[in-house]
Amino acid sequence: MVAQDAHAHSAPQGFIRKYIFSLDHKVIGLQYFFLALTAVFVGMFLSLLMRIHMIWPGVSLPLVGEIKPETYLSLLTMHGTIMVFFVLTTAPQGGFGNYVLPIQIGAPDMAFPVLNMLSFWTTFVGFVVIIAAFFVSGGAPLHGWTGYPPLSALQSAGPGEGLGADLWITSIAIFCVASLMGALNFITTTLDLRAKGMTMMRMPLTVWSWFITAILGLLAFGVLLSAGILLLMDRNLGTSFYVPLVVVNGQVLGHKGGSPLLWQHLFWFFGHPEVYIAILPGMGVASQVLSTLARKPIFGYKAMVYAMLGIGFLGFMVWGHHMFMSGMSPYSAFAFSILTMCIGVPSAIKTFNWLGTLYKGRIRFHTPMLYAIGFVSLFVSGGLSGPFLAQPVLDIQLHDTYFVVGHFHLIMGVAAIFGIFAATYYWFPKMFGRMMNETLGRIHFFITLAGTYAIFMPMHYLGMAGQTRRYSQFTEVAYQAKLIPLQTFITVAAIITISAQIIFVINLFWSMFKGPKASDNPWEATTLEWTTTTPPPHDNFGGVTPVVYHGPYEYGVPGAPRDFVMQNDPATVSAH
Amino acid sequence: MGLALLVVIWLITLVSTYFFIAKTWWLPVGAAASAGFIDRQFDLTYLLMGIVFLAAQLGLGYLAWKYRERASAPPADYSHGNTKLELVWTVLTAALFIGLNLMGSTVWAHERFDPAEGGAVQVEVTGMQFAWYFRYPGADGKYGATSPKLMDPSAGGEAALGLSGSDPAAKDDIVTGTMYVPVNREIDLSLRAVDVIHSFFVPNLRFKQDAVPGLNIHLHLRPTAIGDYEIACAELCGLGHYKMHGMVHVVSQEDFDKWLAAREAEKQ
Repeated sequence: MVAQDAHAHSAPQGFIRKYIFSLDHKVIGLQYFFLALTAVFVGMFLSLLMRIHMIWPGVSLPLVGEIKPETYLSLLTMHGTIMVFFVLTTAPQGGFGNYVLPIQIGAPDMAFPVLNMLSFWTTFVGFVVIIAAFFVSGGAPLHGWTGYPPLSALQSAGPGEGLGADLWITSIAIFCVASLMGALNFITTTLDLRAKGMTMMRMPLTVWSWFITAILGLLAFGVLLSAGILLLMDRNLGTSFYVPLVVVNGQVLGHKGGSPLLWQHLFWFFGHPEVYIAILPGMGVASQVLSTLARKPIFGYKAMVYAMLGIGFLGFMVWGHHMFMSGMSPYSAFAFSILTMCIGVPSAIKTFNWLGTLYKGRIRFHTPMLYAIGFVSLFVSGGLSGPFLAQPVLDIQLHDTYFVVGHFHLIMGVAAIFGIFAATYYWFPKMFGRMMNETLGRIHFFITLAGTYAIFMPMHYLGMAGQTRRYSQFTEVAYQAKLIPLQTFITVAAIITISAQIIFVINLFWSMFKGPKASDNPWEATTLEWTTTTPPPHDNFGGVTPVVYHGPYEYGVPGAPRDFVMQNDPATVSAH
Repeated sequence: MGLALLVVIWLITLVSTYFFIAKTWWLPVGAAASAGFIDRQFDLTYLLMGIVFLAAQLGLGYLAWKYRERASAPPADYSHGNTKLELVWTVLTAALFIGLNLMGSTVWAHERFDPAEGGAVQVEVTGMQFAWYFRYPGADGKYGATSPKLMDPSAGGEAALGLSGSDPAAKDDIVTGTMYVPVNREIDLSLRAVDVIHSFFVPNLRFKQDAVPGLNIHLHLRPTAIGDYEIACAELCGLGHYKMHGMVHVVSQEDFDKWLAAREAEKQ
């Protein structure tokens, strides 16, 4: 394609242009990956402090000292915000999408390398700004990651609602700008830079997932950006978009006529698609790994593509299911509920097809495969609590309880994290030229899988029993105090599971330098990233432009010399 | 490895399911007219999702073990899927999910579309950082005016709500910190918040509704069993969120009348 020549740039020489302000999508992908890795450890540490405080409130903790109820709420706000934005949005899309997508479609780089660099460094600034919120006077905000006004809009509503809250919104706004730049780049790259023969229906499902995620990002982050700017104005310029006449601590504030529900509509118009932004790349990776390591074509490729498109489309029409108890019209709850149930259908199709892919395969249990199977298990478990919450009448009991916390952590939290783990173990050889240790990988997998279920499954029981979210202590309400033993169990499980992540870190860094050298195609996979050298050269294919002859998952082709046919293999002809 | 995976996935699935079936932790005892409907819909959803959960998880573990790579295993099947199966699965899921939803929606309509019956007991619930106040309109059946300027949370009671002294309708209004309602009567609730969003959650009464500044939300419920039921705030409202609790006392009509008369007497 003509467009490719225009974007070719020669390999940089100096350290700064090569590793810091690099234009190479591979370096930028790794930068995103390491940023997310830093963020996930910050986020996880915050959750550890929260879990310990809930059970042993008197304990003084490292770095934070004594935790007061408002400190607990700051930890909760920052945990949610950091995890959702700087981990679940950053790693799967910015990290792996950036590194792998151009190679998988046979392009030398992203369509706009400078924009790509800008979007990473803007994300980085966003991360610095949010971390700064911890250190300003008053500390980090306490309004939760959803930031519902009036609480989030009033400086006097609580500690942390001063400068900390302004930094929180500013950080999110910066993140939105970065994500918009990234989304444009992903969409253009996918549409314009595909190699000859790489038709849309020959793209790996990972590419489809990054492409659809980018479209969701383009449509969703703009809305959050606008909503955030209005919130900043309500906080600092005396406007009243979200705040009606309110009396805080006996003080009548100057606001009038705003609507707290307006924020909720705008926030969830972004917030629900965001769930799919986090999970779609995981679906792509799971499909890729399941097919590759079951040595079988993906079951129902087209159905998988249509299901992802369906999820993306419907994902924009279900936001109201977060608001059944908000005071929104009960009639619209009815409509949102039906649409939410509809989105369960493409999700069920995907699960069915993953199981169909394993059926009659020859499964190789390398670590990425374990994580892909774990992803499917978590996706099922987290998904099936959805139809409870999607029914307004059941939401009366379950809304804002631990049932919801268990649900979204399973499906958009750890399922997405399992997608990231699968991707890390799977593409590590290509990225670093070495293999990760399989024994450590397996130990890490089994502890994490069992630990994850031990943490989040009991939360469903707590929620049914009426345990409300975002309580720093359960001692004040008698029926909730009875549930403390189960909370203690969860805390112990969390401590073990979080500790086990050290195994991953050791494996990651040890393998980076000491792991056995990887061949160009260690998994015997078919997609284009495995046709080039390990690690790939600056322009990905060493001056050669690949030509594609096959679909992405040609495994076990009868009559072929090997059990797989690579996408650029001109000799073997198959139907796809 | 296939066997290990099967054992772990099956164990997780069966242990999780055991606690759901044993009902070790479950919905609290229902004490409102809606509890029957809501709990039945919950049980039905739980049964259907439980079947899918068991089938999918046990199937996943089984497939992983059964189709593990072995020297003796046949070559992998070269198949790109099965459109007929795909359609059957899609139609079945759609029917299940949408059918389930339509069944539940009649209950929702009854709870939230219809206004309270005539002659219902009126109670206004106001949330503020970090307490609940309950107001009864008194013999005139009318809530008196309140003014934001008069609100004084530190004083509590009527002063916290900023009840106007000059409005005759306010003269017989009763403001309390705990809620009393008669059993088996329709209660017409009016929910307000003065500062930030709170949520009025009474698990035993199967009742939850956000109280939103600027809105006055009317809902109704009918308690069916005498008893004391805890209120927990369910919407993050600030540093005291965890201790913003309260109590609903569902009492006989006779006790309710006595209690109300005593409050009126106190006020005079």
